[in-house]
Amino acid sequence: MSGKVIKVSGPLVTANGLQDANVSDVVRVGKQQLVGEILNMTGGTASIQVYEETSGLGPGAEVISTGMPMSVELGPGMLENIYDGIQRPLPEIRALTGETIARGVNVPSLNRTKEWEFVPVAKVGDELVGGDVLGTVQETTAISHKIMVPPNTKGTLVDIKAGKFTVEQTVATLKLADGKTLDLNMIQRWPVRIQRPYAAKHTPSRPLNSGQRVVDTLFPVAKGGTAAIPGPFGAGKTVLQHALAKWSDVDIVIYIGCGERGNEMTDVLNEFPELVDPRNGEPLMKRTVLIANTSDMPVAAREASIYTGITIAEYFRDMGYDVAVLADSTSRWAEALREMSGRLEEMPGEEGYPAYLASRIAQFYERAGVVECLGKDGRMGSVTAIGAVSPPGGDISEPVSQATMRIVKVFWSLDSSLAYARHFPAINWMNSYSNYDDTLRPFYDKTFGSGFMQNRTKAMAILQEENELNEIVRLVGQDALSADDQLTLETARMIREDFLQQNSFVVEDAYSSYDKQYNLLDMILKYDSLCREALTKGASLQKLSLIPARASIGRAKTVDQEVYKGQYDEIIKNMTAEINAVVAGGEEE
Amino acid sequence: MIKEYKTIHEIASPLMVVDHVEGVTYDELAELELPSGEVRRCKVLSIEGDRAVLQLFDSALGINLAESKVRFLGHPLELGVSEDMLGRVFNGMGDPIDGGPAIIAEEHRDINGLPMNPAARAYPAEFIQTGVSTIDGLNTLVRGQKLPIFSCSGLPHAALAAQIARQAKVLGNNEAFAVVFAAIGITFEESEYFIQEFRRTGAIDRTVVFSNLANDPAVERISTPRMALTAAEYLAFEKDMHVLVILTDITNYAEALREVSAAKKEVPGRRGYPGYLYTDLAQMYERAGRRLGKKGSITMIPILTMPEDDKTHPIPDLTGYITEGQIILSRDLYRKGIIPPVDVLPSLSRLKDKGIGEGKTREDHSGVLNQLFAAYSRGKESAELMTILGESALSDDDKLYAKFAEAFEKEYVNQGNDTNRSIEDTLTIGWELLSILPERELKRIKEEYIAKYLPKKDKE
Repeated sequence: MSGKVIKVSGPLVTANGLQDANVSDVVRVGKQQLVGEILNMTGGTASIQVYEETSGLGPGAEVISTGMPMSVELGPGMLENIYDGIQRPLPEIRALTGETIARGVNVPSLNRTKEWEFVPVAKVGDELVGGDVLGTVQETTAISHKIMVPPNTKGTLVDIKAGKFTVEQTVATLKLADGKTLDLNMIQRWPVRIQRPYAAKHTPSRPLNSGQRVVDTLFPVAKGGTAAIPGPFGAGKTVLQHALAKWSDVDIVIYIGCGERGNEMTDVLNEFPELVDPRNGEPLMKRTVLIANTSDMPVAAREASIYTGITIAEYFRDMGYDVAVLADSTSRWAEALREMSGRLEEMPGEEGYPAYLASRIAQFYERAGVVECLGKDGRMGSVTAIGAVSPPGGDISEPVSQATMRIVKVFWSLDSSLAYARHFPAINWMNSYSNYDDTLRPFYDKTFGSGFMQNRTKAMAILQEENELNEIVRLVGQDALSADDQLTLETARMIREDFLQQNSFVVEDAYSSYDKQYNLLDMILKYDSLCREALTKGASLQKLSLIPARASIGRAKTVDQEVYKGQYDEIIKNMTAEINAVVAGGEEE
Repeated sequence: MIKEYKTIHEIASPLMVVDHVEGVTYDELAELELPSGEVRRCKVLSIEGDRAVLQLFDSALGINLAESKVRFLGHPLELGVSEDMLGRVFNGMGDPIDGGPAIIAEEHRDINGLPMNPAARAYPAEFIQTGVSTIDGLNTLVRGQKLPIFSCSGLPHAALAAQIARQAKVLGNNEAFAVVFAAIGITFEESEYFIQEFRRTGAIDRTVVFSNLANDPAVERISTPRMALTAAEYLAFEKDMHVLVILTDITNYAEALREVSAAKKEVPGRRGYPGYLYTDLAQMYERAGRRLGKKGSITMIPILTMPEDDKTHPIPDLTGYITEGQIILSRDLYRKGIIPPVDVLPSLSRLKDKGIGEGKTREDHSGVLNQLFAAYSRGKESAELMTILGESALSDDDKLYAKFAEAFEKEYVNQGNDTNRSIEDTLTIGWELLSILPERELKRIKEEYIAKYLPKKDKE
């Protein structure tokens, strides 16, 4: 099927003669074979969104439909790779066109020449359904890639091979119900805008351990949950996203750089191969797939990048893995929607965004979840979706933030005043929330005892009280407060500075295990309760706040993960002795 | 054989509609010839069937629809580049205006450039010493970074930018450098200030100037920074130079963009700026950087004036989302007589962490930086509290913090435009200021560095 261009206006191209094409088909436009997608059809006239710069394109240029919707190739070779928004591998584009991205590059998403060691799992004669595992490929040292029967396929296995194969070679043959045979290789193709099927969806019940104290202790997200990070520029959205990508206890991380800086992707590319996963000792890159549509790349592909990312995530979920999708930033994606909508001359909704903005955002986040995967073994997998939002001027009353808040369960609100004081992660504890605290409570209670949640509640109460006391201090000064209230302010300061603040650039502090988090907070709260008791015995608050153990607590978060236990015990011992000494001294006076 | 059309259907400056065209493509450059023989340039904004909509770079003054001719040139707007551009002055369309000979181009480049492959970028990590404490010490600039200055009308941003251009150097290196300066809609006086500065320091021979002054055509402002960046890319990645690009003023650029967008009757975004302002700015800013396997680099300092001193206005807001930090100037500090009036707390350099520390600046840099920020932030709060409640209401610690904040502004920030401080000096001043505070408050610095660098107080 081919048609002819009649109109070009930026990334929007109109062509006629495409009666036989389908809505959402991928097309190739002009001599340079630019990639595009059909948005609307009126008779034989199609509105096409072109994913590449259209400079030099004019009426009369040929448009060829591929007859397929926008799809991704799923199979071994995705991990450790970096793709553009429509899944073209950037390192291979670099080999072809140098440091800049030329137009019309046509590179297969999965390497066609690399051979993978295929280890069969299914046996000849097995009755197989979609999702059943045919065999495995050790894709990286960290991840075993399960080669599965594609969804919606069913039959008897008549042949299965073992040994080294490229992704295109047949590894298994099924005999279908109608008697035909179907050769399967290691590639599955899947349209990005359609979610991959699963057997059943469940409520998330396990926390995602991010190693970030403010996240894990105060505002936890569940595996299979959704979270949003809104914040003005410079509040640390990207640093937090990077930290989550590094330290989350998931099997696979999909990082989508959507309309953001090129250097941020470069940073991930440089850093992740060097960093080691604290759980299995493997480089973090071995479990990571990067999708990059940086802000200087064509805006139309930005819209696709989010779908490309989440589809790849669903594919790994189908293998029974826990996957995290980090999208930075969903606002750029929404702006890409707005730009195309404007060019299509659609009636705008709020702030020029299309009226379907909220439903698109909801559809994206709803693709997260804990599922029982297809296949007879009933394995479970999850996709956790975490999106950054960049509200103009940091004001979250705008449509993208509001539509996101309605759908996500965890809200980490970044605050510029915290960022200015270099309190990072700049998550504001007063207006952030997590709706998972109740669903996760059984897990925390069972795993760490009831102390974890109790301490959390106590810490939140102290922070809340600090907020109220600060109002009073602003009016009448700190001296007007009772010693008890002044101690609350002290403790709150300790929680903020010695617990919540976490420096991603200090090796010992970048990642905190649950245990370390618990003990650190417990130590601060112990200081609080001991001091409170001492106050009733007449000790002076000023002396209590000057004990040497205070400084040790201040440095406790940077104690190495291996040895912190002993050191913390030591600090608590000294602290107790010092507080007792203050009490005793007070009585002597 | 280039066809000429005399079928101009409509002119509504800066747009022009030409009918019955053939073989015209999107983004193509065209020439408009007036009956007098005068030639003006324009480019294709959209093409539908045989009707093309063009954007004039010049004014529409005196164009006669029937008598004027349009020629389509078959390529987008290009700049002929060569090393001979150094020391020359061009207008916003890339034509020399200094009376010198035309440039014999080594190649012609599309001024829009191409997106840089993130897999081919080299992460900027080389410390540039600007000699300005608030930048070197707190918001460190590295080679290949894009670090804008957010200013307000009437503040001395030009003096700060000139100071950076004059003093910037990479420690222990003496490599080929160049300055590309784009004047976008600024006044003759401001432009002349920069050129005189370059002349004074001798940098003029290594400077390329693209000048679109306030009375030049506004639409030309859209191409001016792209011309400058095309020249910069050529010098950096073909000729291995370290290029510092100064673009001033981005606010004028965005306004020109809004003017064209409004003429095209596009759906406006915030404050009437087009919805694609982010993408458009990003395509400029992202051209800064380093590339794997190339020696040169582009470091970019765009300057913008925030309308109504408002950081949330779309121009600074979108810029801040793209650039790798920002240096913000404050009217309050300027009124207090502090030069350069850098508002330290909201300023930021996102790339500092990889550019500082042992082997680059000094081992204690990161800790000192964080401590200074935290202390100044608390000090400002204390000072604020003090004005409301009086000094007696403050705790002893808060009094010290307030004292620290004042000393910090006076000694650290207020260095004037002629002082060139080494990074050692900057760090030393930082330590002296921190010694105002009790040692137990210095939680953000490793103990070993405190022992090594903190000035010993006399204990009597």
